[in-house]
Amino acid sequence: MTLNKTKVAALLGLSLLLGSASAMAEDDFWSWLGTFSHTAGVAPVKNKQYNEECGSCHFAYQPGLLPAQSWEKLLTPAALHNHFGEVADLDKDTLDAIRDYALANSADKSYYKLSRKINTATEGVEAPLRITDVSVIKRKHHSIPEKMIKDNKDVKSLSYCNACHTKAEQGVFKEDTVSIPNYPDY
Amino acid sequence: MNYKVALVFCGSLAFASLAFATPATDAEFAEFKKQGATKFSAEQGKQNWTREVASPEGDKRSCTTCHDADLTKPGKHAKTKKVIDPMAPSVNPERFTDQKKIEKWFKRNCEWTWGRECTAQEKGDFLKFLTGAN
Repeated sequence: MTLNKTKVAALLGLSLLLGSASAMAEDDFWSWLGTFSHTAGVAPVKNKQYNEECGSCHFAYQPGLLPAQSWEKLLTPAALHNHFGEVADLDKDTLDAIRDYALANSADKSYYKLSRKINTATEGVEAPLRITDVSVIKRKHHSIPEKMIKDNKDVKSLSYCNACHTKAEQGVFKEDTVSIPNYPDY
Repeated sequence: MNYKVALVFCGSLAFASLAFATPATDAEFAEFKKQGATKFSAEQGKQNWTREVASPEGDKRSCTTCHDADLTKPGKHAKTKKVIDPMAPSVNPERFTDQKKIEKWFKRNCEWTWGRECTAQEKGDFLKFLTGAN
């Protein structure tokens, strides 16, 4: 009987694990499980096309920085034609691929801690178009004086994640990886 | 004397062969001709490269807003400040090797800079200018 109970528990545990894994974006659950030290930020981008298309003009913001509803608004032909004032048209095949990747890895589908927080912060509010409009992101940067961001010629705006977050590309935004240009002691 | 002439001739041939061409640029020029463009002028392309057009936002824009006037130097995205690799294939051999990419950027950048798509003639002149840059 006890043996059976153990078996049942083990099976239950396994099915839970598998169940939640299949609910997650593809293989990300396993890499997430294997690399606990990285779970604090967001999942790094593993799609070459996404990196190239988004990253040719700006920091390739990880899909886990916004919920799916935001990506749905941002990644349409009309929206990209006026992408924050820029013309960022993509052909249909490319846009479909980028959009699929963003939606499959958006904040609401990620286990990474920052994504979880972003998801919570954007639940029940209108989906933001800007990562800098997400309340938790705003709050985290609230105490940094303007002279270090807006008036800092090497930063200019909160939008340039990697101006200060030295490991932003890996999805790591921890405080000890921050280095504000011209303010080495902050 | 004849020897010298031959030498100069050979030299200029060698130089001419340095002009950059790829299957992508060949296909582009063929396409522009099909659309009615005729002779392509690097000189015209050069003039258009620095031609400023007023934008709806009130600023003046030209290709050199983001790319450098010196094609062998890197440029900088006007808004994001992201570095843009040099346009000259002599220092950046990856340029103009992918026709889809060429068309993608012509479309985006003509619209942002001039507020409209470029004509086949204009694109041909640009391409002539850019591929000839050393």
